[in-house]
Amino acid sequence: MLLHPGIIGLVIGSGLTLLLLFSAAGLGIQILGKWDITSNSELQLGLERKTYLVSTLVQYALLFQVISAFLFIYTADDMHNLLVGAMCATGSLNANPYGFPALCAQIATLFLAAAWISLNRIDNQAEDYPLTRKKYGLLFLILPAVSAGYVLQLKYFSSIDPDIITSCCGVLFSEGGPGLGSSLSSLPIRRMEAAFGLLYLLVLVSGLPAARSGSRPFTLLLSASSALFFFGAIASVISFISLYFYQLPSHHCPFDILQAGYYYVGYPLYAALFSGCFFGVMTGAVEPFRKIPSLAAVIPAAQRKWALAATVAITLFVILSMVPIVFTPFTLEGY
Amino acid sequence: MSLMKHINILDYTLLSLLRRKFRNSGIVLVFSFVICITGSVLLLTYAFKREAVLVLGNVPELIVQKMSAGRHELIPVSFSEKIREIPGVSSVEPRYWGYYFDSFTKANYTVVTPGGRLSEGNKLLQGRLPAADERGVAAIGGGIARTRFLGIDDDLALFSPDGRLRNFRVIGIFQAPSELLTFDLIVISERDLKELFSLPSGVATDLVVGVRNETEAPVVARKIRERIPDSRPILRKEIIRTYDALFSWRSGLILTLFAGALAAFVILAWDKATGLSADERREIGILKALGWETSDILEMKFWEGVAISLTSFFLGIIAAYAHIFFFDAALFAPALKGWSVVYPRFHLIPFIDPYQIATLLSLTVIPYIAATIIPSWKAAVTDPDEVVRG
Repeated sequence: MLLHPGIIGLVIGSGLTLLLLFSAAGLGIQILGKWDITSNSELQLGLERKTYLVSTLVQYALLFQVISAFLFIYTADDMHNLLVGAMCATGSLNANPYGFPALCAQIATLFLAAAWISLNRIDNQAEDYPLTRKKYGLLFLILPAVSAGYVLQLKYFSSIDPDIITSCCGVLFSEGGPGLGSSLSSLPIRRMEAAFGLLYLLVLVSGLPAARSGSRPFTLLLSASSALFFFGAIASVISFISLYFYQLPSHHCPFDILQAGYYYVGYPLYAALFSGCFFGVMTGAVEPFRKIPSLAAVIPAAQRKWALAATVAITLFVILSMVPIVFTPFTLEGY
Repeated sequence: MSLMKHINILDYTLLSLLRRKFRNSGIVLVFSFVICITGSVLLLTYAFKREAVLVLGNVPELIVQKMSAGRHELIPVSFSEKIREIPGVSSVEPRYWGYYFDSFTKANYTVVTPGGRLSEGNKLLQGRLPAADERGVAAIGGGIARTRFLGIDDDLALFSPDGRLRNFRVIGIFQAPSELLTFDLIVISERDLKELFSLPSGVATDLVVGVRNETEAPVVARKIRERIPDSRPILRKEIIRTYDALFSWRSGLILTLFAGALAAFVILAWDKATGLSADERREIGILKALGWETSDILEMKFWEGVAISLTSFFLGIIAAYAHIFFFDAALFAPALKGWSVVYPRFHLIPFIDPYQIATLLSLTVIPYIAATIIPSWKAAVTDPDEVVRG
């Protein structure tokens, strides 16, 4: 199964990501052990230069990871032709127990690498690099996620057996079945719509003041509400948003909207959701670093920017998901 | 303001690349070649896959063959009764067809009877198809007409297994656009075909089973196997899946064989990026002395990588596109098409999607960028005074 062009591309692409992050972590150990900002020694100068290499490595790793995540979904989608009973990525990912964990690891890596880069940017704006140790600590959190993602991905592709019958999205996300997917689909639509609206309101209520003042309770609230919104939005996509895109009251698949038949609308939709929730969570996550004197001016400025980005991106997500609800004749009144 | 800074750095990078035209065009040339080869393999595979799906769209949902000693054998027509009893089956039709080796032209012809599916493509036919019980007439494919110099109303002579010569009057010739399907085709009536191949009565080549609901086809196939254990039901989906797996596997194999060339290119890129000329070192030294930061130099190197890989990527993929769809994949077709290279000419339908682009990026641009990160950093942390002093 491994001799599929997409799989070869993934194995090479994410293999290189792993390699970059491992070398970054190797440098991270050196830096963590000997870092002393007050020293003027040649060693410290060398380490400061190496921090550039580490940040470059992680930035490229994130770039590659974005391509790999896209390729992973697309390869899974492409492989449904090979599997009996699979009609889209859901069926392919469900073909063995490694599929969905591999996808989750990919998404986790995406978020962690982006968080690292944001921290790095803040850190570089301060004279004394106060976050160096925290940054390199985070690097060691990214590493297991990437390694797990790589191993799961390899296991997933190598154990795909084109002969077995997998469940297509019609089975996994159909109402009344067992499993998480089915429970999400059979959530009462009216209440789910209300919860979705409420969560969005919460994001707005915390995001707009946070974007204006960057003051403390709002940033923390935005962090919590965008984290909630992320899971709420995924549940809503499965529960009712996808129905409007497909204009079918029974089709709950979150992957089909990535296909050409639906104008690839899934890509801007998920890009807006992921980036919005990421910036929202980051706004509150950097709150503890405000106490550091050299970051006192940097962080609030960044928080205001991120809060604005989060609010705009999440609003974009909401607008995109509202378009078919408002403009197509399809309704779910009867449900 | 900060956007202006990035634009300025990009502008500087492009000018500096242009100053070293010769050196950089070497890399671009080799890189485009690598991308062209890899891209050709991918484009060709996907074009074949689509072609297979389009062509196989006309294949019956379910075909039943009889097996004997592990080989395909003629199937008794009486089996149709057993199959027709299975719920969900709408029709069972015996099919008669065979291959005829023509020793004059040293080619294999496919001989079939006129059926429903053939007459669907009637507009591709010059003349007409034989009627179901018409004797001594044939419609032939364009390939046969050309190699045997036949026109309408000419005679096509074929030998039956006992050595007797049989003549068929040509009443129809298939037109060029359908060549992939009809190039080597001879259509004669059922009785003529049975006589030509001396088929015993009561048997057919295989049975075509119509299923009312296509999603039920696998269940029907299973039931057929239970009732007639020596039968081999073949689903259309199975054929499509097999082709899909086969083409993926073949292109994967070629890509793997090609990995050596890719590795060689990555080493070349690494080497070029590491071996900074004295000139370049001085340039970076001067830039830093002028106040450029290490991160600015890294950004310049990033733009350099982007400019080189994007230029090569577009050149490569355009070349691959031309190679596959304008020149009919002259380099790879024999390996990917398989043994059936008897169909000399057919144009593939151009098809390209974001998936192929992403795969190609993963296979070529990512290794290139990865190979240049450390050399770029080494260049970026150069000490200005060390360099300028020499």
